[in-house]
Amino acid sequence: MTSIHIIVFLPLLAALVAGLGQRFIGAVASKTITTAGLFTASLLSWPIFIGFLNGSETAYVAPVMNWVQSGDLSFDWELRVDALTAVMLVVITTVSALVHLYSWGYMEEDPDQPRFFAYLSLFTFAMLMLVTANNLVQMFFGWEGVGLASYLLIGFWYKKPSANAAAIKAFVVNRVGDLGFMLGIFGVFWLFGTVSIPDILAAAPDKVGSSIGFLGFRVDTMSLLCILLFIGAMGKSAQLGLHTWLPDAMEGPTPVSALIHAATMVTAGVFMVCRLSPLFETSQFALDVVTIVGATTAIFAATVGLVQTDIKRVIAYSTCSQLGYMFFAAGTGAYGAAMFHLFTHAFFKALLFLGAGSVIHAMHHEQDMRYYGGLRKHIPLTFWAMMAGTLAITGVGIVGVGGFAGFYSKDAIIEAAFASHSTFHMYAFGIGVLAALLTSFYSWRLMFLTFFGTPRWAQSEHIQHAMHDHGDHDEHGHDHAHTHAGHDDGTAGYHPHESPLPMLIPLGVLTLGAIFAGFVFHGGFIEAETGKAFWANSTLFFNEHLMHAMHEVPMWVKLSSTVAMLTGLLVAYVMYQLSKDAPQRLASAFAPLYRFFLNKWYFDELYDAVFVRPAFWFGRLFWKQGDIGIIDRFGPNGSAAVVSFGSKLAVKMQSGYLYTYALVMLLGLVTAVSWMMVRT
Amino acid sequence: MNAADMPVLSIMLAIPMVAAVLCLFVRAELARPIALGATLANLILGVVLWISYDPAGAQWQFTESAQLFGPIGWKLGIDGISLTLIMLSVFLMPICIGASWNSIQKRVGEYMAAFLLMETLMIGVFAAQDLLLFYIFFEAGLIPMYLIIGIWGGQDRIYASYKFFLYTLLGSVVMLIAMLWMIQFAGTADIPTLLNTDFPVQAQTLLWLAFFASFAVKMPMWPVHTWLPDAHVQAPTAGSVILAGVLLKMGGYGFLRFSLPMFPEASANFIPLVFGLSMVAVVYTSLVALVQQDMKKLIAYSSVAHMAIVTVGLFTFNQQGIEGAIIVMLSHGLVSGALFLCVGVIYDRLHTREISRYGGISVNMPKYALLLMLFTMASVGLPGTSGFVGEFLSLAGAYKVSTWATLIATTGIILGAGYMLYLYRRIAFGPQANADAAAMQDIDGREMWLLAPIAVVVLWMGVYPETFLAPIRRDVATIVERIERAAPAGDSKLMAVDPTTARFRVAHEPKKDVAEGSH
Repeated sequence: MTSIHIIVFLPLLAALVAGLGQRFIGAVASKTITTAGLFTASLLSWPIFIGFLNGSETAYVAPVMNWVQSGDLSFDWELRVDALTAVMLVVITTVSALVHLYSWGYMEEDPDQPRFFAYLSLFTFAMLMLVTANNLVQMFFGWEGVGLASYLLIGFWYKKPSANAAAIKAFVVNRVGDLGFMLGIFGVFWLFGTVSIPDILAAAPDKVGSSIGFLGFRVDTMSLLCILLFIGAMGKSAQLGLHTWLPDAMEGPTPVSALIHAATMVTAGVFMVCRLSPLFETSQFALDVVTIVGATTAIFAATVGLVQTDIKRVIAYSTCSQLGYMFFAAGTGAYGAAMFHLFTHAFFKALLFLGAGSVIHAMHHEQDMRYYGGLRKHIPLTFWAMMAGTLAITGVGIVGVGGFAGFYSKDAIIEAAFASHSTFHMYAFGIGVLAALLTSFYSWRLMFLTFFGTPRWAQSEHIQHAMHDHGDHDEHGHDHAHTHAGHDDGTAGYHPHESPLPMLIPLGVLTLGAIFAGFVFHGGFIEAETGKAFWANSTLFFNEHLMHAMHEVPMWVKLSSTVAMLTGLLVAYVMYQLSKDAPQRLASAFAPLYRFFLNKWYFDELYDAVFVRPAFWFGRLFWKQGDIGIIDRFGPNGSAAVVSFGSKLAVKMQSGYLYTYALVMLLGLVTAVSWMMVRT
Repeated sequence: MNAADMPVLSIMLAIPMVAAVLCLFVRAELARPIALGATLANLILGVVLWISYDPAGAQWQFTESAQLFGPIGWKLGIDGISLTLIMLSVFLMPICIGASWNSIQKRVGEYMAAFLLMETLMIGVFAAQDLLLFYIFFEAGLIPMYLIIGIWGGQDRIYASYKFFLYTLLGSVVMLIAMLWMIQFAGTADIPTLLNTDFPVQAQTLLWLAFFASFAVKMPMWPVHTWLPDAHVQAPTAGSVILAGVLLKMGGYGFLRFSLPMFPEASANFIPLVFGLSMVAVVYTSLVALVQQDMKKLIAYSSVAHMAIVTVGLFTFNQQGIEGAIIVMLSHGLVSGALFLCVGVIYDRLHTREISRYGGISVNMPKYALLLMLFTMASVGLPGTSGFVGEFLSLAGAYKVSTWATLIATTGIILGAGYMLYLYRRIAFGPQANADAAAMQDIDGREMWLLAPIAVVVLWMGVYPETFLAPIRRDVATIVERIERAAPAGDSKLMAVDPTTARFRVAHEPKKDVAEGSH
């Protein structure tokens, strides 16, 4: 029993107690147990991480229990602790603990809180099992476990049809990725005779140059396995093609979006590629695929994020885009930079989501930014937290001096892409800079629309609703026109309130993370010397040369992302602060492109037409035409006519005396046996 | 007392038989406790059997032998595979009796007698060591099922049982002829002897097909599956539990006990047929399940898809595939049994299987919703539940034989998630559109006692499957060894150095980079 056992299993225990025992212990106790459990896990995680940073910890595997042993295939429950795990441990437990705390405030009025907290803790357990896995099957266990928790939490408000649809979509689309993951595991087992991660990584270089049969084709062995596994990563990390579930997942409560769909679960794919980086290093083709998919996702999601009006969807596409950054970093060989961005992103993206949650809380569940505006003065603490998050995600900083968290990690990715020698590194570099511009634009657009300008709340149905409910107790009463007329400042008389303390504390802590995480930790993650020492205690392949080369890129490369960031800010400022009708004019000038972005490149429509509808259509076809029309018609129903000696007998047969059937059978049996007895 | 010295198997066959006769002559109030007592006694004996079974001991344990009339010998004995399936049967039986406690009010004594007779015959199938004795148990097991569907079934019970009859009749007759030929050829009906008899390769083909005709219907495999949805829909809840839980396992058991070890060459030759039908079944029946409006029909179609994973696993000719197939059989027995019980719970309240008549019942039935979620997840093969272990092992084994079959069969995890979550959503989530569904009471103590034990075993099998793998390991290895000579090569053949695929790795020298990185 070591601290890692407590870190992993305490959230499970808390989830079980809160989930199953809520009727006995009550809501407050359920919330306290889960929250306390997570804070404990978090406090135990940081020393491990610090230990790996300063070199006092070394990698080890803590056994738990046997799992499966079948022939030469065996895998156990065990907890692997190394530098890579440690990074994930602090990210998961810290964000999860803060999100638990935040939910005390955000979910205060929900009648179903114990269930919510139990799901959150269950999710945390599954995620911890994923990152501590020492074999691919346990990783898959965690992988599916987080999928389940995500499904349950997206559909937490299960009376809402849209939430249910989003939950199913998330699970099923992830399963498409899981199909690849499973085939990858099967292939790995076929090839190496083991699913143990260190054994596979050690054996992989020997298989370079070999080929393998797959679906009748002859393909490069390592490329096939890496790509199959990467399909799994694409599903979980919402990469282009399998991303469609992530924006819909915003149907879940906002704390869930912060924890699962920003900081932790969606980064599992990046974690997997980094965990298996020595495997991916054996196939340039697979790395190229990772690079292209990552870079394309980064730009795709950024373009869609430009035009969304729902505050959570903007952040969701932003997440999708940032995950693309992490993947192309991995694809170009900069795994350390990918993990670094994962780390900093967890803090500033969780901050942005929780900040958005605070705004939504203040705005009576209105999520449409078109009905925000001027909130800076009303919810100043939320504003400053969001500001820190925005400065972090857009990568504000001065080359050679320092900056916010994203400045270190995103710039490292862009510079590494430039310095890399992989096939598509310039594609990744170009897109990285362009996406940085778009990131800056949509992030500032969000800030300007939400916090600056004048209030536009009056048009919001949610606000009207709030005022109406409120109005009933007022003397203005039911006279709507009067209420509106009284407030021509666009506020409709509504007064947003700053969120309660349980929500503000997490915002404060994460603000510190968004400001300092890059500055404090960049040495351990990406500097050639210190990074090498840190990652040596893990399976991550640390490309020391690339990290050196990254620092020697020309000055214009280093400045390019800063220039992109400033350009994005400037354009957003001009469009949303100076000229009020610029967005409309631009949208109508480029109407087809605008609609293309607004409709998310029509992926949902395409999939609906290609997969969903045909599945139901074929289902009905097979049932009505196949089973009933052909099999039954020519099978039992048809043979009835053949078997029957005449209509009379047929009628008798169908009269349903089961005894008849039984009798016929027994007669047959008796005849056969008698025949045997006579013969012998 | 040493269990090995007692004729435990005969006792396990006799207890329900005696109880069945008793039930015929007593009032309903007495028939129920008698049936429950007998099935619980058998469960205890099953546990004794489990504990005293020695996985490292003789291949056949608890053997008994007595001459019956004519060529039929009363020969019983079990290996680990039989043991696990007998355990499944005796575990589900008390649950079935409990499930029928209130819902069956007509001819209770006869009903209980039919179930008890069924238990005897099921145990007999898995314990018989004489070919003809096996046949009698195997075919006679249908009679109580006919009765259960035909007398206590739903509206169209006659059509359903008639369909069932027509399908099974043909297969049985052909199988009986094949068995008689085998007995003549080998000069004995003793199954352990037949298992080591090498039948001529030409004869194997016909024999294999004859057995296939019977087992494929029982599985059921596509396209002879259409009796199953009707039978399930018409059967009372407990009938469905036994049908899905145990009767469907007889086909798989038959393949494992007879087709594979007795006709290895023929089995290998027919792999394309078995895989082909299984691949069609996974996709076809999953899609059909997606569009069902009737809960029981949906689960019945999902059973066909799951059984296709079993047939794929069995015909992989390797340890993982076959062990996986057995675990899928056990898991499916528990999970689909539990799902039918769950349907029964709400059917008892609302008397309809129409999915759209429910909705939003998470609100008024939270405990039920939790259990249904667990079984739904087990059905879609979530790791940590029994469903995953079996599917994973079967498919891992299948990959060694055919990547195509593995790919298509694995799409079942996507489609399965689709139809099961869609079902769950329509029952448990969404607005409470129907007032009568919204007024349903949550599960009571009796129903909890039916579902909770299954839930525990489902999780146990998912987290620590060693309990269930240990007894079958050696016996599966014996079969694998026996059929090794015919084992297929697989389509993944590795070529150590293949210049034709070099274009995938032109850019850099990976080995070199790895070395540099570690310096």
